[in-house]
Amino acid sequence: MTQTQTQSQSSETGSEYRVAHTTQYAYAEPVSLSMHQVRLSPRASASQHVRNTRLQIDPPASASSSRSDYYGNLATTFSVADAHRQLRVTAESLVTKVDENGGRLLSPRLSDALDQLRRRETPEDLAAVEYQVESPLAPRGVAFARFADVALVPDRSVMEGTEALMTLIYREFEYDPVATTVSTPVATVLEGRRGVCQDFAHLMIACLRSHGVPARYVSGYLVPRPGIVGAQASHAWVSAYCPGVGWVDFDPTNNVMPSHGHITLAWGRDFEDVSPFKGVTVGGGNHTVSVNVHITPTA
Amino acid sequence: MKAPLAYTPLPGHYDEMIGPDGTVRPHWQALASSLASFGRHELNRRTQEARRLIRDNGMTFHVHKGSGTQERPWPLDLIPFVIDGEEWSRLERAIAQRAMLLDSVLADLYGDQHLIRERTLPAEWLHANPAFLRECHGLPPSGGRWLNVYAADLVRSPDGRWWVLGDRTEAPAGLGFALENRVVVNAVLPDVLLASKVRRLADALENRKQSLESSAPGHRENPRIVVMTPGPTADNYFEHAFLARHLGYTLVEGTDLTVRNDRVYIKTLGGLQPVDLVLRSHQSDACDPLEFASHSRTGVPGLVAAVRRGSVGVVNALGSGLVDSPALMAFLPALCKQLLDEELQLPSVATWWCGADGAREHVLGHLDDLVIKPAYPTGRRERTFGRRLPESQRDRLAARIARQPHRYVAQEQVALSTTPVRTASGLAPRFFVMRVFAIARGDGYEVLPGGLGRVSASTDSLDVTLLAGGSSKDVWVSGQTEEPHRSLLAQNLAPIDVSRATFDLPSRVADNLYWLGRYAERVEAAARVLRAVVPLFSEESARRSTAALAGALSFLVDLEYVPDKTGAGAQPPERALESAVATMLDESKERGSIGWQLDHLRSTAWLLRDRLSADSWRIISRLESDLRSTGKRRTRSGVRRTLDQMVMILTSFAGTVSEGMTRGHGWRLLDVGRRIERALQVLQLLRHGLTGVLDDERARIELLLDATGSVMTYRSRYLTSLRVNLLVDLLLLDDANPRSVAFQLDHLQRHVKELPETPAPGRRSPESRLLTDAIAAIQLVDLDALCAVDGDGRRPQLVALLDRLQKDLVGLSDALTRDYLTHAAPVRHLASQ
Repeated sequence: MTQTQTQSQSSETGSEYRVAHTTQYAYAEPVSLSMHQVRLSPRASASQHVRNTRLQIDPPASASSSRSDYYGNLATTFSVADAHRQLRVTAESLVTKVDENGGRLLSPRLSDALDQLRRRETPEDLAAVEYQVESPLAPRGVAFARFADVALVPDRSVMEGTEALMTLIYREFEYDPVATTVSTPVATVLEGRRGVCQDFAHLMIACLRSHGVPARYVSGYLVPRPGIVGAQASHAWVSAYCPGVGWVDFDPTNNVMPSHGHITLAWGRDFEDVSPFKGVTVGGGNHTVSVNVHITPTA
Repeated sequence: MKAPLAYTPLPGHYDEMIGPDGTVRPHWQALASSLASFGRHELNRRTQEARRLIRDNGMTFHVHKGSGTQERPWPLDLIPFVIDGEEWSRLERAIAQRAMLLDSVLADLYGDQHLIRERTLPAEWLHANPAFLRECHGLPPSGGRWLNVYAADLVRSPDGRWWVLGDRTEAPAGLGFALENRVVVNAVLPDVLLASKVRRLADALENRKQSLESSAPGHRENPRIVVMTPGPTADNYFEHAFLARHLGYTLVEGTDLTVRNDRVYIKTLGGLQPVDLVLRSHQSDACDPLEFASHSRTGVPGLVAAVRRGSVGVVNALGSGLVDSPALMAFLPALCKQLLDEELQLPSVATWWCGADGAREHVLGHLDDLVIKPAYPTGRRERTFGRRLPESQRDRLAARIARQPHRYVAQEQVALSTTPVRTASGLAPRFFVMRVFAIARGDGYEVLPGGLGRVSASTDSLDVTLLAGGSSKDVWVSGQTEEPHRSLLAQNLAPIDVSRATFDLPSRVADNLYWLGRYAERVEAAARVLRAVVPLFSEESARRSTAALAGALSFLVDLEYVPDKTGAGAQPPERALESAVATMLDESKERGSIGWQLDHLRSTAWLLRDRLSADSWRIISRLESDLRSTGKRRTRSGVRRTLDQMVMILTSFAGTVSEGMTRGHGWRLLDVGRRIERALQVLQLLRHGLTGVLDDERARIELLLDATGSVMTYRSRYLTSLRVNLLVDLLLLDDANPRSVAFQLDHLQRHVKELPETPAPGRRSPESRLLTDAIAAIQLVDLDALCAVDGDGRRPQLVALLDRLQKDLVGLSDALTRDYLTHAAPVRHLASQ
């Protein structure tokens, strides 16, 4: 079994950030009733501590309830029953990133890993099947497999191969906020070689799944730093599963392995499962939306 | 006994009626001897009778062709399918077991997923299945059951054994059609039904009702249950309306419901009323646009949250379509052992899920003998018969399967059994599939003693679907036990009171009733005006003159029945009027024509199909066929006769609809619509008939009296003296004349007082204020001053009053719409960030 070492990106440990995510809708006509479902509370994990999560809704919600969804993300559903022409929702949290492990990851050869996945001997391997099969926005396909062939080589380790795939996408694709919309299929992204973080994440997931590697979609934020694309807004990246290792994050938009600079909101099979903000209205006519994300160190 | 009507079975298939020795099987003998005694002629006559009943009951289904939807009469083959009572008992137990099994599978997969963890079911099958709705994971099913109703399609192979061809768990269709089939057959073959000792379906509706009521959360005494339909264009809308009507629940569309504080309410004329249970016919993922696939606009936003809170139940439970997957059939024997600790009693047609190694190889090697289906529900029931594919297409299919094996299943192609159907030349064999239904009752399932049979269009095709031209059949379970004779179903077919549940009259339905009243009155007015105009042609008419003809034409133009064509190659008045009348009766249905107006009436009535009696339907069909026949033979006397008939029928339409309803809010709004429209029509007639420049006023008065159906009333009061002020008095001010504006206003005011209070109780409603003012304006009129002619030969005061009253009535209509009839606008999705 070939083993490889991957250096995870590392920075200062234990820093706490205040995350403020504001979404504002303005409607051309009054909305008589609106209902929303948001996933705006960062997930707590071994590498991420979360406290003081608050959701401010203006005008005030007439009803609101929160629950942990199928994937363990916190989903809040609320409705606004007074007529309104604008809606402003601010989610605030304090998030501390902590060191989880040394960042050196040993992983099995891809071909061995796939064999092991096929046997599904551990509960973790079995649970990963959910992310190994296709999902609506991240299908499997010959074109994705072919594109990733050069990176996901059977004799390479899973981590090495996945990192190579991340780099491949980073090099071959251009970040272009106008080339795609939220509904652009990932096959079109592959052909056009352009897109934004959401497109690159879906593409990388589709490539991994097409080779049999379980992969999931992660939504979150970037701590602003020079040279990093995607701060001031929601960000998205990928988590890949390797038997015996577990889930490891990759950010194809920035060609980095997320660590302290990435704050995780939620994960699922693709964007549809973790959409930070969705809603339906009665009335309203045309609308505009603006989103603002502020991340500042508390200390 | 020998086969009746020279019936010859198809070799190589099990025949349901004729045994291997060529004689009629014992349980078919009663039916067979009836058929033999009928002969072809009587059988054809009874078939016609059945068709008439189906048409009169508005029994239809929808076929999607290209982008359009076609409505077709429900195809029923009159010859029932008969199954032996003992054989049925075995099927009954097996179906109840299977319903229980699938219910348990759902409970597991939407819960702890032991079946996945213990590898009884492959994880891929679950996770790649678009019908696995993760939003429903952990949702409490109503009444503790995921499946309130379950249906199975059964087929019989040449060796006589039954097999399950498919499971229907999402929102199984066909129960309503099965019951309605029995109603029709019972009406057409009552003697045969009795002689055959068939098990009755009389308890089916009552059982279903009890099953639903015990499923509602909260154990309320009288739970409010609604039947939710996608609307009149849905494939099986007839059935949704049928069930709602016969179960006595309100039929609603998604926009009739709203969720407030995690509770579902129905928007009614009387305000928001809480709903306890929703019987859905939508696919699960079309039930809540907030939770499910973001492209869906149907359903009720927030429904899932309300279910999660336990404040409302949905049946079948949201997510039930998960086990409506042919791929699951391959695993059922093992699932049955694990979950129920029993052997599966009824086998499924041999099924291979291509997602499993081994199965895939088998399928690819035997494509010719197999039927390939999508492994997951796709909404459509696609099937590919391997044998019929040309080689190139077969290779492409094989490649598709190899690429995404988990998306396909293959099933053995069963040589289906045949059963007799009636054809023009006698009886003929057709392939047969039977849908049976199980309903949750107590701690198990109860199977309906009957079902929905389906036969193929010919013996060339194994495609046993109505879409492929097949027919349906009533299913008779022979060997009736001593059951009390009841015909609940037949009694239930009486026209149903539109406002049985007054408070549950959805605002949408109230709106449709209001417009039905308006359109009906509008067509009647048009027919009356036209009928008054036609005699002007008559050579003997005393009123016939060029001026009268020209006046009549401009009258029709002013009333916007025909386009203004003056100047465009001016025809002589007689020819122009004649062509205007022809246009109004023409089939091309130009704007303003009678046909065009009938279309409006019909489409509004269509939205109310579940609320209108068969008689109302017959009247509309009759009007349309009358109009068609007039279009063909357009003699003057023919036109006159048609118009006479039309006016008579329209008068009876108003009566039929109105008399069929109790005096609840539904009836009230229908009548409000009629009265507002009638008042508006009279105002229009007076406005255009009297207020122009005077020419032959007597002719105009006669025309107006005729057009408003007031000739007799006028003569009885004023004999033959034709004077404008007397006419105005009769049509505008006389509150004892049922055709006058004053009469309509008076009745409208009474109706408005009975409507539920508007959001600002205590204060006089805007509706009431408008009416009081209008009535006062009429009461204060000085008739002679009103009708006075000014120097230009006009009547300015009359014009002012007519205009004012018209404005008041339009204002009333707007106020009613705003306060009572507005239902929710469709929901919109917000763009994702």
